[in-house]
Amino acid sequence: MTQQNNQQAQRKAAMAVLAHAEAGEIAARLRAFALPAHQDLRTPENGLVMLRGRVGGDGAPFNLGEATVSRAAVRLASGEVGFGYTLGRDGEKARLIALCDALVQSRDFSASVERDVIAPLREQLTIRRKQAAAETAATKVDFYTMVRGEG
Amino acid sequence: MTTIAELPPGFADKVLSAQSTFRSVMDAMARPGSVQRIVPMAGTPGPMMRGVAAIALTLFDHDTPLWLDARMAESSDVVKWLKFHTGAPVIQDSSIASFALIGDGALLPALERFALGTSEYPDRSTTLILQVDRLDAGQSFELRGPGIDGVATLRASIKPADLFERLRVNETLFPRGIDVVLVADDAVVAIPRTTRVVSKGS
Repeated sequence: MTQQNNQQAQRKAAMAVLAHAEAGEIAARLRAFALPAHQDLRTPENGLVMLRGRVGGDGAPFNLGEATVSRAAVRLASGEVGFGYTLGRDGEKARLIALCDALVQSRDFSASVERDVIAPLREQLTIRRKQAAAETAATKVDFYTMVRGEG
Repeated sequence: MTTIAELPPGFADKVLSAQSTFRSVMDAMARPGSVQRIVPMAGTPGPMMRGVAAIALTLFDHDTPLWLDARMAESSDVVKWLKFHTGAPVIQDSSIASFALIGDGALLPALERFALGTSEYPDRSTTLILQVDRLDAGQSFELRGPGIDGVATLRASIKPADLFERLRVNETLFPRGIDVVLVADDAVVAIPRTTRVVSKGS
């Protein structure tokens, strides 16, 4: 049971990185990787999801609008099935994510895909986020209100 | 673990395969009795024939309730595969099904148990997809009706043997009625509700 939870957490963490990576980056990492035999269980397809929002973050939910998503499913020859969902219409990216998800579940490849693909991508993502945060922080303006006297 | 070890894949090329399969079924419906081929291939779960699998991937979606006969329903592979690839709900009540998959013709229930459509919406009837043994040899049948110039002959070995007698209800029900698609491996023959079939013996 805990093993299953561990794996689920690992897949979640991998998905959080992969969804934000560029398709080209994932492909480049996977190119250096000795991929096992696999096939497309569900070829990449595009669709829409309804985004829901809440007024002020905790008000009544409303439908904000729709966003395009792509999804795919890949099965390794050893039986593991990976699923990939990502915003946008990049079907190839969804397929690569699904492939990585399947690899993460595989006993033989779980460690190596984490080391060679996901960890470097996570590092890149952290750097990019830090950079954006630093650029934003440089232009920070503090507002304050002087208390006006009565009357 | 989300391993679905025995789940066969869908179409390799979704759009073109679905278009080509749709064309085959449409031609079969337009020319009752003619044998059409289904070219694109997908994985086939359990007792499902490849033609039926291709038709399922083409026509079924979350808006088309499905009814499965005992032969299909007993195979969890079929149910899982249909759910994964088509998203169509599998229902127990055959009278509201859009499609019925019949894996073994001997198990075909009385046709009155399927949706026959209404006079306002005759299209809301169940389309039977029936797996048969052969569509190139066997008993001879004479077909007449729209889409046929004079008489068409069909040679087929079909279970249940009295299928076409049972389909006579279409004569009195019109415009309501049941459409049937017969599938043997990759061959498809459609018997729409307007077609009248007479058995000629073997």
